[in-house]
Amino acid sequence: MINCVQCIEYLIVILMIVSAIFAVEWKDLLAAVVGMAAVSLFASIAFFLLQAPDVAMVEAAIGAAMSAAVFIFAIKRTERYESEGEGTGWWVRW
Amino acid sequence: MVKRALAIILILITGYWLANALAQVPFGADKMLVGKYYLENVKDQTGAVNAVTAVVVNYRGFDTLGEVTVLFIAATGVAALLWRKKRERTAKSEGSVVLQTGSRLLLPFIMLFGAYIFIHGHLTPGGGFPGGATIATAFLMLYLAFREYEIPHRVFEPLEGLAGIGYVTVGLIGLAIGGYFLFDWIWQTWQLGHDNIGRLFSAGFIPIIYTLIGLKVGTELTGIVDNMVKEPKEGGQ
Amino acid sequence: MISAYYFGAISLILIGLYATLTKRNLLKILVGLSIMETGVNLLLISVGYVSGRTAPILTEGATPQTAVDPIPQALVLTAIVIGVATTALALTVAINLYEKYKTLDIEKIRGLRG
Repeated sequence: MINCVQCIEYLIVILMIVSAIFAVEWKDLLAAVVGMAAVSLFASIAFFLLQAPDVAMVEAAIGAAMSAAVFIFAIKRTERYESEGEGTGWWVRW
Repeated sequence: MVKRALAIILILITGYWLANALAQVPFGADKMLVGKYYLENVKDQTGAVNAVTAVVVNYRGFDTLGEVTVLFIAATGVAALLWRKKRERTAKSEGSVVLQTGSRLLLPFIMLFGAYIFIHGHLTPGGGFPGGATIATAFLMLYLAFREYEIPHRVFEPLEGLAGIGYVTVGLIGLAIGGYFLFDWIWQTWQLGHDNIGRLFSAGFIPIIYTLIGLKVGTELTGIVDNMVKEPKEGGQ
Repeated sequence: MISAYYFGAISLILIGLYATLTKRNLLKILVGLSIMETGVNLLLISVGYVSGRTAPILTEGATPQTAVDPIPQALVLTAIVIGVATTALALTVAINLYEKYKTLDIEKIRGLRG
């Protein structure tokens, strides 16, 4: 059994970065919110590995539950899909 | 396209600056200056065992009062921006049988767990803020399970206001007894709990303040959820 | 070799900054802002870590010589709660904008111009 703590640290950080890239790139806004909650969850595990249990509890309770729930209620009252499309006005307004 | 290229150049420059600045802060070296004083004196001066809780409530209690004020302003702002004359819940169907039964069974246990977290804030990790958030999650679960559920507004809103007033009152009593705002009068003047370090009835006014903060945060986050779920009734505002 | 936590925190800040600068949907900009806040909190906690020591809870057997720094943890505790409060307020403003303009594209919401 490989016994290195650094491997676990790198694994959690790489999963967090991949999740953040997916959260920014997906066009379905519900999927982006799930990606944001996943970033919060992996950050909570990283806080625990950095010997900070208070901060890990706060991040798990507020970042992963409340922040995602408030976002989903905002998506319910607006649109679900991001309407992408290169507008024809960037050289005028830039 | 120009916007995207300029954004990427800005991001690369910012990343280079951040990495250069962080290369001079060695990871894992002992660089505590203020933290060492707090760690050595926390058991005599405050009586709490959890050093982070003692710093948040006792040594830096005024900043926590500012944080509670910011939360209160945000919750009031959400309620003021979404105000209409008639609002109602617009869920189209109830939750499934599993969700309804599970939420009815789990509600008292979740509230008990949240209360445990904020009562034992000076002994175990946690404190008022995750305890309050757990209680708000219990009510969020009730909103998701039932179609016509609403929190009793006449109980929650006065409770939130009274908890906030209670925090300021504890500080003002400290001003009257000791000489400055948020003076720890239970630990230092009445000398209660000096032989009980590590058990429940110790640490001055930290359990009292964390109970008030836990109730306030729980009712506030539930109020935010309630305001964002309801939609304006069709056919006239 | 740079530490894993510094690398992760700087990457999260840069990914959040990219989403805030480049995207056109208002909710996607707010997702980027929230990711940036998580990155900054991770950076603060990883500066206060001392290797070989344990959590700053001084029960039996833990002395002040074997605990990590408690000050950055107290600061980040406040920062996380304030982050979620401002995100909720920003989303409420976005809901009101949608009800007035019927779109969430920031190139089309031009009420302050002209």
